[in-house]
Amino acid sequence: MRITRVAAMATAAALSLTVAACGGDDNAGSGSSASGIIGKAQSSKKLVIGVKSDQPGLGLQTGSTYEGFDIEIGKIIAKGLGVDESGIEWKTTVSANREPFIQQGTVDLVIATYTINDERKQKVSFAGPYFVAGQDLLVKADNTTITGPESLDGKTVCSVTGSTPAKRIQTDFPKAKLQQFDAYTKCLQPLLNGQVDAMTTDDIILAGYAAQEQYAGKLKVVGKPFSTEPYGIGLKKDDVEGCKKINEILTAAAADGSYKAAWDKTLGKSGTPAPTLDTSKLTHCPA
Amino acid sequence: MSNTSSVLYDHPGPRAKVRNTILTVVFGVAILALLWWIYRKFDDAGQWAGDLWKPFLEANTWTGFILSGLRATLLAAATGMALSLAFGVIFAVGRLSDHWWIRVPCGAVVEFFRAVPLLLMIFFIFYAVPFLIQAPVSAFWAVVIGLTLYNGSVLAEAFRAGIRAVPLGQSEAAYALGMRKTLVMRHILVPQAARSMLPVIVSQLVVLLKDTALGYIVAYPELLQRGVNDLSANFGNVVAAAMVIAAIYIVINSLLTLLAGWLERRTRSRGGRTPKSADTPPPLPSGTTDQGAVVGA
Amino acid sequence: MDVFSDPRNIDATVSGFLWILKLTGASAVLALVLGVILAAMRVSPIPVLRLFGAAWVNIFRNTPLTLIIFFCYFGLYSTLGLSLSEDLNLNIYWLGVIGLSTYTAAFVCEAVRSGINTVPAGQAEAARAIGLTFAQTLRIIVLPQAGRAVVAPLGSILIALCKNSTIVGTIGLMESSSVMKDLINSYGNAGILIFAVFAGVFALLLIPTGYLFGWLANRLAVRR
Repeated sequence: MRITRVAAMATAAALSLTVAACGGDDNAGSGSSASGIIGKAQSSKKLVIGVKSDQPGLGLQTGSTYEGFDIEIGKIIAKGLGVDESGIEWKTTVSANREPFIQQGTVDLVIATYTINDERKQKVSFAGPYFVAGQDLLVKADNTTITGPESLDGKTVCSVTGSTPAKRIQTDFPKAKLQQFDAYTKCLQPLLNGQVDAMTTDDIILAGYAAQEQYAGKLKVVGKPFSTEPYGIGLKKDDVEGCKKINEILTAAAADGSYKAAWDKTLGKSGTPAPTLDTSKLTHCPA
Repeated sequence: MSNTSSVLYDHPGPRAKVRNTILTVVFGVAILALLWWIYRKFDDAGQWAGDLWKPFLEANTWTGFILSGLRATLLAAATGMALSLAFGVIFAVGRLSDHWWIRVPCGAVVEFFRAVPLLLMIFFIFYAVPFLIQAPVSAFWAVVIGLTLYNGSVLAEAFRAGIRAVPLGQSEAAYALGMRKTLVMRHILVPQAARSMLPVIVSQLVVLLKDTALGYIVAYPELLQRGVNDLSANFGNVVAAAMVIAAIYIVINSLLTLLAGWLERRTRSRGGRTPKSADTPPPLPSGTTDQGAVVGA
Repeated sequence: MDVFSDPRNIDATVSGFLWILKLTGASAVLALVLGVILAAMRVSPIPVLRLFGAAWVNIFRNTPLTLIIFFCYFGLYSTLGLSLSEDLNLNIYWLGVIGLSTYTAAFVCEAVRSGINTVPAGQAEAARAIGLTFAQTLRIIVLPQAGRAVVAPLGSILIALCKNSTIVGTIGLMESSSVMKDLINSYGNAGILIFAVFAGVFALLLIPTGYLFGWLANRLAVRR
């Protein structure tokens, strides 16, 4: 009996939330015709952005703040939408909860090494890509036997449980042995100690780890990407206006040098020159 | 503790003393050798390197990672405990109801949630329930609700045993005074049961606190997530970090266990009506309560 | 789209539960043996053994199992170099069994110790009076009687162990919770169904086990 009552209360609460949310949108809409993320940014001057917390160079939580390339991109977009840095709330996401977070409105944007693909496009829409990564391998600096994914036969590869890179190894390179953990950071010690021979995910993430102080000179990225991972900025599926606006902001950032500055401040520290943002490819927004 | 342990063997005579000393030395040396070997192996692997441990000397490591994680852990545990207690009392009373249509569903709920691994529960609440209710569930609530359903069910069983262990005369006397069933429950049975169940409740709190560590699965920033995953992403010291975090858990939980023991002794020395049982009910691993040991089978 | 019409998903689900059963089985045996030994240590006349038993219980009972399993991989295997099998999954499996037994043994120890306390002092005194040693007293007189009193708590511990074995997924074994996580990620809309199946199997396995142990405990109880 109690269960039904609790369920009913939960439903009622959910409904009232939805109603409240709609009301908010209407108010925002009275100032300008914009709704979605543009409207929210204008009316509340606040944004909640989902980012990774454990990827050095991209999205790393250091004590109370976050830093990395994804974070800098987030700041550029917030600025373009008229939101101050102090108005941004960063929220840790893990790979598996990015779509739910957007769909449920827990976050407004996701900038978290988020590959654009068709399956995800059914649930969310993507601005960008702001960077194109590729799956690669991280090995010990003195390793010469692993030169690419085809040399993984009988070798142990480490990745995150159920992640796309892990699945690709399983299906495309079934002779490799797969060790899975719940976080990439856990792959590093076994890699250094020799229990796993390689770690795999996107090259840019691997480079972030390899460039960390404590691993300097001990690890290297193989440098033969075997997939294409265009990183997008995820937002609600029906927010076409917001999606287009973010693409405009990215285009402007590529032109005025703030994109390059973001790179130089983070991933560029390892000496890798900033990539050029191909603005002709910003075509993923739903029509 | 009764003194059964000391009646198990005679007071040692000269030969037994020698034998005990030899065994003490042999076993002691073996343990020390093992610890030394582990220490050396960790040393060989560079696990004691200063760089790995230095972060723990910096204030930012504590305020930014460990203490913030600890706060999240304690917050989830405290909320979960409060809700579990409520859940436990309601379902314990429900299972003792005279009406089958209350008793049976309450029993089914309790049995079900005791049988489902918490990891599955938390994951389900976080990822699937939002589709059902069309609203987001935060990581915090996913963890707290998971903990509540599970520990609440365990406590419900403990309470039920506790209520049934209150001497029959108590409720008979209350009925004789003309009290209705609800009143008897509320004023006579539940308060007495709750008092005698205090040690069990505190032991369950230890279980609950440990289980908050499962929050990592939904990225709830609790102690394990912040102190091991996030901290080591910054400093690359995953094993050192795990050792520090383990020590923190052990200290907190040992204190709670001591508290449980103290409450137990206090209840007993005040002549509180502990259920008939020879000894403190053994604390059980996550997912357990046992009418057997509590009530005395 | 249908989750359980794809044979690969069925295979994964079945193998996930097989891992759970294997983990539970091996760990139950090991934890029981270890737990009884630890309990014997805790009531033994030799202080260093008592100390060892107490330390074991206090350390492992108060650490989250996730951390213990973590140390099995990162401490025992990665740092101490203890490899238990050439096969990647079997190695993780055995590391998981070590972790689960270490943790569960602490609870078995405490259950057995309180079981020992339910045996009336007269029994042990009589045993000593006829000249039995500590080991004999424990083995012939006390433990068999204590055993009957601990059936119910041991049943609860076994059920907890079965559920806890899902945590071995954190070091990469594709046991049922990892399989469920994977399936929900791929088939988000069928999340309820997937959970119902996985939770249902656990309930089907564990609720009867609980009643079985309750029945056994009643049957075996020493009437005093």
